[in-house]
Amino acid sequence: MLVVDKVKVLEIKQSVFASNDRQADEMRRQLKDKGVFLLNLMSSPGSGKTSTLRRTIAALKDELRIGVMEADIDSDVDARAIAETGAKAIQLHTGGMCHLDADMTRQGLEGLGLEDVDLAILENVGNLVCPAEFDTGAVKNAMILSVPEGHDKPLKYPLMFTICDVVLVNKIDVMPYFDFDMDKCREYVHMRNPNARIIPISARTGEGIDQWADWLRTEVAAWKNKDADHE
Amino acid sequence: MHELGIVFHIIRSVEEVGRQNGVSRVNAVTLELGEVSGVLEDYLQDCWTWAASKSDMLRGAKLQVAVIPAKTLCETCGCIYPTVAHGRTCPECGSGKTHLIQGNETMIRDITVPEEEVPEPPETSAGDTL
Repeated sequence: MLVVDKVKVLEIKQSVFASNDRQADEMRRQLKDKGVFLLNLMSSPGSGKTSTLRRTIAALKDELRIGVMEADIDSDVDARAIAETGAKAIQLHTGGMCHLDADMTRQGLEGLGLEDVDLAILENVGNLVCPAEFDTGAVKNAMILSVPEGHDKPLKYPLMFTICDVVLVNKIDVMPYFDFDMDKCREYVHMRNPNARIIPISARTGEGIDQWADWLRTEVAAWKNKDADHE
Repeated sequence: MHELGIVFHIIRSVEEVGRQNGVSRVNAVTLELGEVSGVLEDYLQDCWTWAASKSDMLRGAKLQVAVIPAKTLCETCGCIYPTVAHGRTCPECGSGKTHLIQGNETMIRDITVPEEEVPEPPETSAGDTL
């Protein structure tokens, strides 16, 4: 018997994201069965995700049971801020990771508990790069672009704008103090994603929140009905 | 940090394929990485060294990266041009109606595993002509 230290090559040809994508699809199936709508909310740090969520919860809490998962590298300040609104909230720590993937989201949903939730919102880690790469299993993706960040963000972070169904342009109350061009912003977003819905809001004054709440209400209802159709 | 997440997914996928194929050790993993995939190879290698050392199957395995050049197709004039040099605007006709056709890959191409026991080669000594 001749023993040689040889090697063989096994062809794989599989996207790095393939296993995550499978898990994400499986999770969407489970969410559909349970009639739970999961929104993945992304943005840069400091664009106003948590304050926008507080407004959103205030607008919808009488008609939808809302649960929020706050993902951060550390601390639980965001989960506390959400819990003050009366919505169910849990804090997820990513252990240094800059995004959540489908498996982490699944663990988060287990922690949150879905039996009394119509609308689950995942507040992803503040970052415009990595969260866009990993499908969390959410039904829809939304992102917040705040006025001080500039209207050219869609050019700099194309993937984020490509995958989002809704772009909330936040902090429009401070537009007079910044060189933010709303028309250019729309043009740049639509270059990346012609189907993206753009909603200008101010989480501070509440402007535009009604429009955003309407969109969510419609999407949650459509998802639940879709579920019924398939049964 | 983005790279670390990608490395975890590579390791998970390779471990799965390895188990399916009865492989206990992997020597190397070849990754196809598009020029505009947004993944930085230097960071990826650092993350790889750290994360692979925590996997029994992948400890010490090399990560080989094959870069896939980015190419964009112009929908207006039909030409294909290098993306990195010209971006989204066609250098031939100036059209902005273009789309990336390759260069966004993050694909595990293959894995190299030890083949420790190789069957004895057929006898060629007994008068056989070569």
